[in-house]
Amino acid sequence: MIHNRRLATAHIGVAIGAFGLASFMALMQALSRANLDLPWRSAKMYYLSVTAHGVLMALVFTTFFIMGLGVAISGRALDRPLSHPRIAWAGFWLSLVGTAAAAWAILWGKATVLYTFYPPLEAHPAFYIGLTLVVVGSWLWSVVCIATYRAWHREHPDAPVPLAVHGMLATIIVWLLATVGVAAEMLFQLIPWSLGISDGVDPVLARMLFWYFGHPLVYFWLIPAYVIWYTVLPKVAGGRLFSDPLARMVFVLFIVLSTPVGFHHQFMDPGVSAGWKLLHTITTFGILFPSFVTAFTVVASLEVAGRMRGATGLFDWLGKLPWGDPLVASVLLSMILFSVGGFGGAVNAAFGMNAVVHNTAWIQGHFHLTVGTATALTFMGAAYWLVPKLVNRELELGLLARVQPYLWFVGMLLFSIANHVTGLMGMPRRVYETDYAGSAVAQQWEGLTLVSAIGGLFLFTSAAFFLLVMLGTVLAGQRSNLEPIEFAEPIEGLPVRRGVFDRIGAWVAVAIVLVVIAYAYPLIQHLQMERFPSPGFSPF
Amino acid sequence: MHVHLYEKIWMWAAGGLIGVFLGVTVLATVIQGRLPPSHVETIDPAQVFSDQRFATRGVVTNPDGSVTVTVVALMYSFLPNEIRVPAGAPVTFRITSPDVIHGFQIAGTNGNTMVVPGYVSQFTTTFDSPGEYLIVCNEYCGLGHHGMYATLIVEGTQ
Repeated sequence: MIHNRRLATAHIGVAIGAFGLASFMALMQALSRANLDLPWRSAKMYYLSVTAHGVLMALVFTTFFIMGLGVAISGRALDRPLSHPRIAWAGFWLSLVGTAAAAWAILWGKATVLYTFYPPLEAHPAFYIGLTLVVVGSWLWSVVCIATYRAWHREHPDAPVPLAVHGMLATIIVWLLATVGVAAEMLFQLIPWSLGISDGVDPVLARMLFWYFGHPLVYFWLIPAYVIWYTVLPKVAGGRLFSDPLARMVFVLFIVLSTPVGFHHQFMDPGVSAGWKLLHTITTFGILFPSFVTAFTVVASLEVAGRMRGATGLFDWLGKLPWGDPLVASVLLSMILFSVGGFGGAVNAAFGMNAVVHNTAWIQGHFHLTVGTATALTFMGAAYWLVPKLVNRELELGLLARVQPYLWFVGMLLFSIANHVTGLMGMPRRVYETDYAGSAVAQQWEGLTLVSAIGGLFLFTSAAFFLLVMLGTVLAGQRSNLEPIEFAEPIEGLPVRRGVFDRIGAWVAVAIVLVVIAYAYPLIQHLQMERFPSPGFSPF
Repeated sequence: MHVHLYEKIWMWAAGGLIGVFLGVTVLATVIQGRLPPSHVETIDPAQVFSDQRFATRGVVTNPDGSVTVTVVALMYSFLPNEIRVPAGAPVTFRITSPDVIHGFQIAGTNGNTMVVPGYVSQFTTTFDSPGEYLIVCNEYCGLGHHGMYATLIVEGTQ
């Protein structure tokens, strides 16, 4: 088990390091948005920091944190060491080397292509190869987790898998399905092209492959957060899980519906016909359903916690929850903002309305509520709970840890509201300056861009508190043997028989059929069209 | 599998809400024809300026009173950078790029499309309110991205 702990610690350590660097990059953007005349301020630094922030947060912090969480949770829930720990370590080092290569390319100004890296913007090959290695490393982690589960399953053929592991398996399956797309884009398009082996790439094909990966990616970020909400939050809050079978249904729905939705990121694209976009719209609305169910089950579990802590009235259970606990506060606040972000997502998905918000500041307002809060703030809360157990030290600087989630909440409200509103007014996302030569339209955005910058300062302060607590805990926390990870028990007791949602293999088959329906025909149709590959451009 | 009564009610309500979202979207598509710009037409990005579809750019009024606007989006400007169209007439924009991906967004409206090299973007809209509009590039296209804009002037009918 010592292996599990070291491996989890290593992954989460890299994740937190990436988070720290990415937060600093965000600060540079916030100051830039405030139009402060700072000496280092330049378009080059701005777009470089947008790229570094996106890659380090969305691809490195999340992936490493999820890998670490997966190891820690499944080791404990299955109560066994990992199968093939050497392969898991190989995956860790491969991902780390890949991260270093991509980070070098970005920070040295050779890959200012943003985290979506749409060709024909062309980065240094180290950027593409590095990110590919991160994915390959994560595949090794996936194989190890699945092998560990199968070893457990052979010993317990009739037992339902513990819920936390069920959720982690869903995470892994979504990731394996999704990364097929980005791997194809990297291996067949971007890497040969950036090395000069091929002359051009088809940018629409690249976008199809990227978004085949890019939307299930958000569920890869979200499902582990849900694992925390379902299996850890009720325990720490002092309650029980309201429904175990519905939680399993939610995870299965994510397996089935995560991937055949990617065209909703391409509503505004030429070269993709409207019928396929409409089909993906329908599946996209379908995937709202598991999140609605989650909202009920998690809130009901919290009510149980409040009542077990002595609440008797209609709503006083809310006040009885331990709002001062860093994990509980992080998750509760992230749930509040995620409910707003979820409805914003329904607007984005709505085919016609998407034209109003596509590529405006609305979008960054949206995903900072989802991945930037539902996932990131939950992971910070999870770190307060998990890291002390991993390193056998008490949480240090507890006051900062208690304040930090609230600072994040306030900062994100300011940042997100300002960006949603300026987006509706037509301000594009990711622009260094927003004055457009004094255009009257652009002048209306001015006060709100300052609000978003102030939100950014709150968020950076919050991130700095988080990093201080983590550093303090690892370096100076009082040594102690903390109680191991424990998961919430369902009200009706642990399930004893495997149910329909435990037949994961069958659901994967359903998912693959849906992916083929959603993508095979449009891809074949696309490849048969007369197309003109683009040469690369590196205007940075 | 035991499902609590409240859970059942909640799931039916959530399903109904999603049904309403989807119904509105599908109705707007079918009845009002509100489709996102999904034109499928390819072009050699290296030959944009010699291709007869984009060799001359600007505003053309068609015999039926509708208007066609041909635009090239490139690092870091729109050609032409001032576009005058009449209010009330259907305006069809046709846009392509000879270099990287750009965006074409008429700020504060639902006029919005990606502009991808190798492809022709096309959408049709009608401007009811005369006035000056800002067109911005909304897809990062290099270090001059924030300086890429144009002006759209919608002229009232006399």
